[in-house]
Amino acid sequence: MASNKKYWKNEAELNPNDSIVEALKQNEFVEQIPVDDFLGDKETLSSTNTNRRDFLKYVGFSTAAASLAACEGPVVKSIPYVVLPENIVPGVANYYATTIANGFDFASILIKTREGRPIKVENNTLAKIGGSANARVQGSVLSLYDSTRLQGPLANGEPVEWDVLNAAVKAKMGGLKGSAKKIAVLTQTYASPSTNRLMSDLVAANENVVHVTYDAISEDAALTAFENKYGERALADYDFEKAGLIVSFGADFIADWQGGGYDAGYSRGRVPKNGKMSRHVQLEANMSLTGANADKRVAMKPSAQKVVLAKLYGKLNGTSVGGNTSEYDVLVGSIATEIKKAGSSAVVVTGLDDVNAQAVVLAINEMLASKAFDVAAPKYVRKGSVKAVNALIADMKAGRVGALLMDGVNPVYTLPNAADFKEGLSKVDLTVAFSTNWNETTEAVQYVGSTNHYLESWGDIEIKKGHYSLMQPTIKELFDTKQFQTVVLELLGSEQTYYDYIKETWSSSVLNGASWNQALQDGVFSSDTMVVDSEGATQNVAAIAEDAAEVVTNTSMASAIRSLANTTSDGMELTLYSKVGMGDGQQASNPWLQEFPDPITRVSWDNYVTISKADAVELGVENVNVANGGMDGNYVKLTVNGVSIEQVPVVVQPGQAKGTVGLSFGYGKKVGLKEDMQTGVNAFTLYDGFNANQSVSLEKVAGNHEFACIQLHKTLMGRGDIIKETTLEIFNTKNHSEWNEVPVVSLDHQEVPATSVDLWDSFDRTIGHHFNMSIDLNACTGCGSCVIACHAENNVPVVGKAEVRKSRDMHWLRIDRYYSSEETFEGDNAKKDGFDGLFGDAGSLGGFGELEDPSANPQVAFQPVMCQHCNHAPCETVCPVAATSHGRQGQNQMAYNRCVGTRYCANNCPYKVRRFNWFLYNNNDEFDFHMNNDLGKMVLNPDVNVRSRGVIEKCSMCIQKTQKTILDAKRDGRVIEDGEFQTACSSACSNGAIVFGDINDEKSKVSELKASDRMYHLLEHVGTQPNVFYHVKVRNTNEA
Amino acid sequence: MKKVPNRNQFSKILGLSLIAFLLFVSPLTAQDEPAAEAATTEVAAGAGDAKNGKALFNQNCAACHALNRKMTGPALENVESRLSEDEGLGKEWLYAWIKNSPGVIKSGDAYANKIYAEYNQAAMTAFPTLSDSDIDDILAYTAAAPAAAPAPVAGAAQANATTTGSAGVSNEIILGALVLVFGLLVVMLLLVNKTLQRIAQANGIVIEKDSASKRTPIWKAFAQNQFLVLVTAIVLLLGSAYFAYGWMMQVGVDQGYAPIQPIHYSHKIHAGDNKIECKYCHSSARVSKHSGIPSLNVCMNCHKSVYEYTGNPEGPSQEDLANGYTNEFYTGEIKKLYKAVGWDEETQNYTGDSQPVEWVRIHNLPDFAYFNHSQHVSVAGVECQTCHGPVEEMEIMYQYSPLTMGWCIDCHRETNVKVEGNEYYEKIHAELSKKYGVENLTAAQLGGLECGKCHY
Repeated sequence: MASNKKYWKNEAELNPNDSIVEALKQNEFVEQIPVDDFLGDKETLSSTNTNRRDFLKYVGFSTAAASLAACEGPVVKSIPYVVLPENIVPGVANYYATTIANGFDFASILIKTREGRPIKVENNTLAKIGGSANARVQGSVLSLYDSTRLQGPLANGEPVEWDVLNAAVKAKMGGLKGSAKKIAVLTQTYASPSTNRLMSDLVAANENVVHVTYDAISEDAALTAFENKYGERALADYDFEKAGLIVSFGADFIADWQGGGYDAGYSRGRVPKNGKMSRHVQLEANMSLTGANADKRVAMKPSAQKVVLAKLYGKLNGTSVGGNTSEYDVLVGSIATEIKKAGSSAVVVTGLDDVNAQAVVLAINEMLASKAFDVAAPKYVRKGSVKAVNALIADMKAGRVGALLMDGVNPVYTLPNAADFKEGLSKVDLTVAFSTNWNETTEAVQYVGSTNHYLESWGDIEIKKGHYSLMQPTIKELFDTKQFQTVVLELLGSEQTYYDYIKETWSSSVLNGASWNQALQDGVFSSDTMVVDSEGATQNVAAIAEDAAEVVTNTSMASAIRSLANTTSDGMELTLYSKVGMGDGQQASNPWLQEFPDPITRVSWDNYVTISKADAVELGVENVNVANGGMDGNYVKLTVNGVSIEQVPVVVQPGQAKGTVGLSFGYGKKVGLKEDMQTGVNAFTLYDGFNANQSVSLEKVAGNHEFACIQLHKTLMGRGDIIKETTLEIFNTKNHSEWNEVPVVSLDHQEVPATSVDLWDSFDRTIGHHFNMSIDLNACTGCGSCVIACHAENNVPVVGKAEVRKSRDMHWLRIDRYYSSEETFEGDNAKKDGFDGLFGDAGSLGGFGELEDPSANPQVAFQPVMCQHCNHAPCETVCPVAATSHGRQGQNQMAYNRCVGTRYCANNCPYKVRRFNWFLYNNNDEFDFHMNNDLGKMVLNPDVNVRSRGVIEKCSMCIQKTQKTILDAKRDGRVIEDGEFQTACSSACSNGAIVFGDINDEKSKVSELKASDRMYHLLEHVGTQPNVFYHVKVRNTNEA
Repeated sequence: MKKVPNRNQFSKILGLSLIAFLLFVSPLTAQDEPAAEAATTEVAAGAGDAKNGKALFNQNCAACHALNRKMTGPALENVESRLSEDEGLGKEWLYAWIKNSPGVIKSGDAYANKIYAEYNQAAMTAFPTLSDSDIDDILAYTAAAPAAAPAPVAGAAQANATTTGSAGVSNEIILGALVLVFGLLVVMLLLVNKTLQRIAQANGIVIEKDSASKRTPIWKAFAQNQFLVLVTAIVLLLGSAYFAYGWMMQVGVDQGYAPIQPIHYSHKIHAGDNKIECKYCHSSARVSKHSGIPSLNVCMNCHKSVYEYTGNPEGPSQEDLANGYTNEFYTGEIKKLYKAVGWDEETQNYTGDSQPVEWVRIHNLPDFAYFNHSQHVSVAGVECQTCHGPVEEMEIMYQYSPLTMGWCIDCHRETNVKVEGNEYYEKIHAELSKKYGVENLTAAQLGGLECGKCHY
């Protein structure tokens, strides 16, 4: 019987006439393998000198030689200085105070240098203004070592000497003297007293010179409104710490709004103190970082924001503002009531690129006499004038410009009318661009001056009136570069260096007798007399304002309100914004910033259109998570005023106002970048009339985009114990056991607190140091400067887009972002707790599926997660080679040289903070980032290992820093004071969200925070006893 | 018996070479003596006490002056007679000049101003503390002709070449002789055996050869005994495993590594003979993780005036000479330093044309191990010699310790932490020593064995 059975090997066997089946019965292969081609020719075979034996000999010999060579240790050369600079001790870091001022980011910072190499950016805590470095500033140190930087001046693309360039410019400027043609100098905003003086010197020497300031992302509306009202082209300053109520109309003030730098003050006001914290209402179209932190967020179109703003003004002013609609009256009413109640502690801000809107906001703040509002000492970090830039382009096109010098700008990339500009360029006799990198503009000009990175330059900056900072070089020029100011001084025929020039400016008009050396050491200087002066100026300004105010209220304000109230919307509206990582795109060649995941979308290496779920469904576009763990998205075509971008990938963004889309600047650069860095699309082409709010049409186009998104799961699924939340009211009135419940577990059939049960015996950690880290979810805005600081400190490798897509990112510190599925997280918890059975309306099967979808306007929470340094660490017990172990000081230590890469620890880690080196990320052409060239490697921290392939790595709680602090104290024979212990993330966090210290020191800040009612541990019920703890997020939901 | 005369020949050669060696050596030692004597006789020449003058000169003048060459200041050989002959200046002028040279320059003295201008307007330090008789002593010392350089250095070098040569030969001879003796013994044994057999044959004794073939040969018996084979195999395997382990454990351990350096720098001369404190040159060991190879400007602190090697008072030892470490050799190495740092001896100026020295690094810790010198040197007060060995005796620097992790750990286990007078340790020491019930804490008890303290 059995022998009659026929076993079919293949479907093809069903066909008895199949020739292939027949052939396979006889032969192993269907076709003859053409062995004869290479073995058949006896002649060639025999004529070759290498026979089989020789071949084996060669193989044997080379193997033996290779292994013998491997036995020989390498000879390491050690080359000391010929003359050791006085202030350098090899192995000891020096810090210099300097300032970044690249036209987009302005901040007073400290630079850590090792053996003369700048390796890390720290906050300058002496600076009252602009003392916090954001992610881009933290990352800017890597741009110094960019291997694609310009290494010398160029003429028509060919290297030349500086003399040639200078002579050409000088000759041209001399030739133009007395002619009607202009010499235009187009630059970034410097906010520099010395450069301003230099520019006026240049104008004085050559009367046909015009200086035009240009900001890639313009704040022209705000500047013009301020100028109209107060007579000075500057930006009002806001101190959000003093604000009890913040109402923002599309102002992303935690990120880059009006030059940024507002997050630290905001965070200080957000931590509940004595039962009080600020309340933040945000009306916006895109889900911005600021909106994500708001207590109340209203998603609305920019056009609607204008109407609401106009109505709010009317309501506060007691006048009736008509508008076409009464749709927003309830909202306006509630905001107005809140503002009236808050009185002078309320502040209103707006990010709308509309002079009227900006004027109205100034008027409201003036009317409220807002404590957070400062016009007496305004900010100078943006100065660009749209009118002047447009006039320049018109002049260029008309052939009225004889020479054009550019510094710190890339107009061919950033101008919406770049084609006009390019056409104009061709009509200018001499075009010179000063730039650190080869870019779209340097490509289009005759001469290129290679400029210094800010870490190689001298400079001075007046970020805010009366608050000065100094920029000093922290390293000698790496290449044949000169800073623009030096070249201008040379053009003026001055013998002075720019350093002397600054010193001259300062001693004559800034220092007022104070010490220059002290100012240079501190990096910042704010003179008391200056403040008095500015107060005097305040009165003047106020007087002007009063004069102007009447006029304004009577005439122009009325028309402004009318025009705002009558704003109509037609179709979809686009809001252009700058991403936290990329800003205006100056640092597009910086791999740290490219790989930095956007705090909101968690997508790296890309920009994209953000669209609301409702619009996405309508348009038929979606994001799908594919099997390999990556996120894919459809493409759309965006058209603004006839200009379109063909293929823009779509990210469906919860909280995006219906009828709006968002797109970030700074991407889509192609020229002068390595291929990996050429990411995204250029949104500047849609920046029509320098207005970030545009009316747009979308069209779905074919294709599928692969994103590198590191967080695919968007919601918390009602797991309120991961991010604990409460409202200010409950926080103030109820016992902490109600809003900060300690999880319970069952022990001997009794419910006991999870913290009281343990598998292990506890180790006594009361002796010596015991490090803990506190993370306040109220103060954390999700800005991500800690992420980049951690990168820089710990030599974290960059893995590239393809690897990030596979979730192989190496970030030691991630900032998880969660959306609520219901309106609030509270709603999620209630929904989850209400599940009853598997099926039905309250069934958990369907219910959990629903919980996966974020709400249309969700609550958002950020949570920085790094290794929690569990005292009872699950990773330590599973390591077969004891590569990870625990220190007495509480740190979970990782010995890379011991790790064999089983990844058991990563599997057993409940927090998923252990990262595996899938490849060798240094000296590997497959990962052509900074660790693949000698220049980029200069940024590496010599105190931290560069990990090799096949080992797990993770946060060490900056053990190199704690050890250094201890050693310094031992050497000095003293006790360590609170605040000396820092990690890279805690020192980078100017918001005060991350606090690090020794809990065995009872007086330390971290012990105090640990004793707080708001303290909880992540996944406390697991019993890991982490040394990192969080503070319950409190939302101020008190309406009016 | 024929071979006996041969042996005599070799011993003759051996003896002859020994005599030759002694012959070469004796003139060497003989030459040193007259030189030393000359040096002592010179002293008596001047009016002052040249011996005291020499001491004073070395103390006060040698930083800027030499007898027979220009340094920061002019050469001072016969300065007194030179001045009186060429310039007509007497001792009084010299007294005034030495005690207060800026004063003399200010007074408008022509020669003083000429000298001042000639030497880059570097005013000579005033020595008001020197008495006239002190100055007399110094002048006496300068008046005495410097010792003629020991002439027969070339001869010495030659001699030393031959001596090293003969040493090599004699070793080979001894070995050869031993081999010969061994060969002779074998031959003799064979001969004796042959003779005995012949005698046996002559006596008619039949030697039974076949009896052995009936028994199983020992190797066969061994192969058949499985137990023995097993035991042997195990022993062999264990033995080879032991040696393989031992061999592999020393891969990457470079104890004794003594590479040839671009400049022959002798720690023996600097740290040993001249007793220069280690941390004078390796100053960053106090505050940094690196001990630091001194930058060349540190060398020049001394070598600006120490421009030649004059050897220790007893002169170069036999052993030094055998290695070629003559005074000329060392002086040559100093010249290498000058070339590297760009120091022009003629003009006593830096040319600015420098060439950093590429030293070969001896102590190479792997990148994954963090070591901090200041922790051990400044905090713990560990002597440099504890890890680096008797550096002051090392003519050529070598790696003294294995620098393995086991070696680190052993020390951390045994060494007590130096807590006295260090406020940092006060609290932790009090609490921890109470907990462990010990008087003194070891580094290990303080957490010195934790992985993360060195690996991050």
